[in-house]
Amino acid sequence: MKDKDVTNYHAVRWREPIIYELERKGRRGFMVPTVEAEVKARAGDVVSSIPKKMRRKAPPELPQLSEPEVVRHFIHLSQQTFGVDSGINVGVGTCTMKYNPKINEALARSPRITELHPLQDEETVQGILEIMYKLQGWLCEISGMDKFSFQPRGGAHAVFANACIIRAYHNLNGELDDRDEIITTVVSHPCNAAAPAAAGFKIVTLYPNGETGCPDIEAVKAAVSKHTAGMMITDPYDTGIFDSNITEYIKIVHEAGGLVAIDQANANCILGRVKIGDLGADLCHFNLHKSFSTPHGSCGPGGAPIGVKEELAKFLPVPTVEFDGTKYYLDYDKTHSIGKVAEFHGVVPNVVRAYAWIMTMGAQGLKETSEVAVMNNNYLLKKLLEIRGVSLPWGKHHPFRMQDVRLSLEKQKEETGIGIDEVNRRIVDFGVQRCFTSHEPWIIPEPFTPEPSETASKQDLDRFAGIFRQISTEAYTDPETLKKAPHNCAISKVDLTPSSDPKKWAMTWRAYLKKHR
Amino acid sequence: MPVHQYIPNSVPKIKKEMLKYLSVEDVEELFVDIPEKIRLKKRLQLPHPTPELEVKRIIEALLSKNKNCNELLTFLGAGCWPHYVPTVCDEINSRSEFLTAYTGDVYTDLGRYQALFEFQSMIGDLVALDVVSFPTYDWATASGDAAHMAVRTTGRHEILIPKTISPERLSVIRAYSERIAKIKPVEYDPTTGQLSLRDLRRKISSKTAAVYMENPTYLGFIETEGKEVGKIAHDNGALFIVGVEPLSLGLLTPPGEYGADIVCGEGQPLGIHMNFGGGLLGFLASRDDERLVSAMPHRLITITSTEHKGEWGFAYTLPKRTMFVAREKATTFTGTAAVLWAITAAVYMSLLGPQGIKELAEVIMQKSHYAMKRISEIEGIKCPIFKSPHFKEFTVNVNRTGKTVRQVNRSLLKNRIQGGKDITKEFPQLGNSALYCITEMHTKEDIDRLAVALEEVVK
Repeated sequence: MKDKDVTNYHAVRWREPIIYELERKGRRGFMVPTVEAEVKARAGDVVSSIPKKMRRKAPPELPQLSEPEVVRHFIHLSQQTFGVDSGINVGVGTCTMKYNPKINEALARSPRITELHPLQDEETVQGILEIMYKLQGWLCEISGMDKFSFQPRGGAHAVFANACIIRAYHNLNGELDDRDEIITTVVSHPCNAAAPAAAGFKIVTLYPNGETGCPDIEAVKAAVSKHTAGMMITDPYDTGIFDSNITEYIKIVHEAGGLVAIDQANANCILGRVKIGDLGADLCHFNLHKSFSTPHGSCGPGGAPIGVKEELAKFLPVPTVEFDGTKYYLDYDKTHSIGKVAEFHGVVPNVVRAYAWIMTMGAQGLKETSEVAVMNNNYLLKKLLEIRGVSLPWGKHHPFRMQDVRLSLEKQKEETGIGIDEVNRRIVDFGVQRCFTSHEPWIIPEPFTPEPSETASKQDLDRFAGIFRQISTEAYTDPETLKKAPHNCAISKVDLTPSSDPKKWAMTWRAYLKKHR
Repeated sequence: MPVHQYIPNSVPKIKKEMLKYLSVEDVEELFVDIPEKIRLKKRLQLPHPTPELEVKRIIEALLSKNKNCNELLTFLGAGCWPHYVPTVCDEINSRSEFLTAYTGDVYTDLGRYQALFEFQSMIGDLVALDVVSFPTYDWATASGDAAHMAVRTTGRHEILIPKTISPERLSVIRAYSERIAKIKPVEYDPTTGQLSLRDLRRKISSKTAAVYMENPTYLGFIETEGKEVGKIAHDNGALFIVGVEPLSLGLLTPPGEYGADIVCGEGQPLGIHMNFGGGLLGFLASRDDERLVSAMPHRLITITSTEHKGEWGFAYTLPKRTMFVAREKATTFTGTAAVLWAITAAVYMSLLGPQGIKELAEVIMQKSHYAMKRISEIEGIKCPIFKSPHFKEFTVNVNRTGKTVRQVNRSLLKNRIQGGKDITKEFPQLGNSALYCITEMHTKEDIDRLAVALEEVVK
């Protein structure tokens, strides 16, 4: 490992103005399509058909720019954004920042998908329905579930949809008024608390045992009651620990009359190794934008199919994609369905990308994915643990982790005053993405959560660990550099006070002009 | 497994080296957390690893079974509309930095933050409100979020919604508000379609958290009494929520100017392809009132400064509201939603500018009004059903032709025309009716072709 990172990186720094500052009155970037004279004549004065009180007095104050200016502005903004293609992203745990294959992109951007309307006659969309139906089958095979819906448009949205199914299930049984509690764990993604709460459930949160990193079986037993509607947890957890008691939990919750939904956002490390449905889980979801390689799109659109066991299939959102032996069709006719959680059929281009990815990987490739993802994670984990000030909570029970790992800089913070905030502001000076810390509450002090995924190379891991070591050395010898970081980025340290000050915050340019000009 | 093109460390020699460093013989030892008895013993029944060329051929063959809207003359809208996508929009949203970024902070992802702030700003300009949030999944979920906001802000548990709302959106609002709020439908005037102020006054009470209204409505006409609806809501201590289609705001009074506290809507017309419904982009805006901002369900980006003069910085406003901190007490559960589309919409709005969006709205109206006139001349067809101003969508009733919409659409399809959405089941009181959509994409020739075909079909 080299002592100093030698890239001498500096981010693109444009000091790009806000787009409104670039405008010059009268410029325009778009010529509207022409209207035929006869159309105009017969349509008449359409604007006057709008009653005066509903007629806009002045056009919206959008910026006025020519097309080349718009292009240059957004190219500059893209250059100041750091994607998977830009460089090393191995610090971003729970996100599975894997490579997004270009062929999948090309296929998903074909007009044969982009120009499809979701309400077209089924006869005219047989190809896309076939892809949806077949991917559904593959996801059943991967998860051990019996039926999928692609309607939820993000992971948390899928957890919400599953909470709605749990709600509908108990409602049909006439037990919903009594069964109003969802059990989750604090080491599960917070949407497993927030989404069922939005669906009207009370949340019971279990904390991990200080030794094992997992809740005790006894705690689960104590948590269930006649009020239990279900359990909604992530497994593997965001800490990189696979909760090996999962089958016990499922049994306990089932015996209490509840359902179990397992958030499979972290499935990258168990592809081809564990089928959550075979363990008895009733519901699950995958994030296509994580394990299945569809791009994260700067934070969506993602795509999060939900899978359920046969007994719960009747509750799935409508429509489901079906096949009658000769043609594919959409089935809206489901009496017990939860209805809809979003409009239409989900983020369909991502269904195509995921379909292409599974086809490219094949069964062996999925297993190879989980194998290398876990190997990469443990390799990086060991490298990081060799660095002064880094520790691994629950390391005795879980020396090896799954897809990611939650480490702590508590020791470094105690010894130098430099914690994860400073490290994250410094690490970006080297041209790598920052580390994910942890959702709150921080049950691990000064947490950080790397996840290399299978598409990181050994050189990436070595370089990342080397940078981390260099920063650790700085923390112990030159903490000022860290406190003032970043130094090589597009901007310097931001003023966070507007975040919580109603007089200062400005979520739009119009608000900014009112408050600050 | 041979070496895989996406997996740099799938080379056996590299694996061996890495495992040696980890002091394990077999990679399976790393999976120690997974009990032996639950490990899968069989290989998954999936395709064999397939080379790119073959993947491309197979998927293209599947996709060629579709007939898309370039091949089929389409008059569908109903929440996802065929608009022209300027080439620049796809150029920018194909930039791999935007495409493959996720959740980096402002130092690595300054451009992403700034583009989002600009998206928020331009939506604010369209709707005339000062607070706009991160994008969400679609209009329907944004209206569900708005309902939650109203309940949280007022402490009341009823939402009044006119019966002209899209049944699909209503279904989502129901899923979002079950056990949180009760939905009470409000009647509409059978002649004009306008929300009935009389029924609204009858149903509103001290239990009402909000009145929700759409403009233009799902059925295509413009609600003209927005100001009065807002006044009734406010007089009763309720919030006023308006759902909008954004291009119409080139010509229509923005809801912020007729009393809306919260605005939600669908951003797909702003430069995003329909994608079989996959191109949706929900947006949510509110007045700059601390109570409303605290109840905002999504991340919000504020502009700020940095330690160096002349630099813009960005930060999250009130981050403790979100699920990432507040868990079950959060104002939302939304995480990954639709940022790539929000960036696209920002590009689109800056291309159009004030004049462009106004002109485009007028073009759309001219074409849709021409189409309404042409179709209404056909014997046995009533178009539109409601005597109200319309924007880009309108109803077509075929009761007097003795045919159902389904029959009409089947016949049109034989002429490679996809007719409007059949709303006979959604609105039985409107008889055999369809919802047609005309945009700037439709030429006179297209509309004439539809009119001629319809005339033939219903003869």
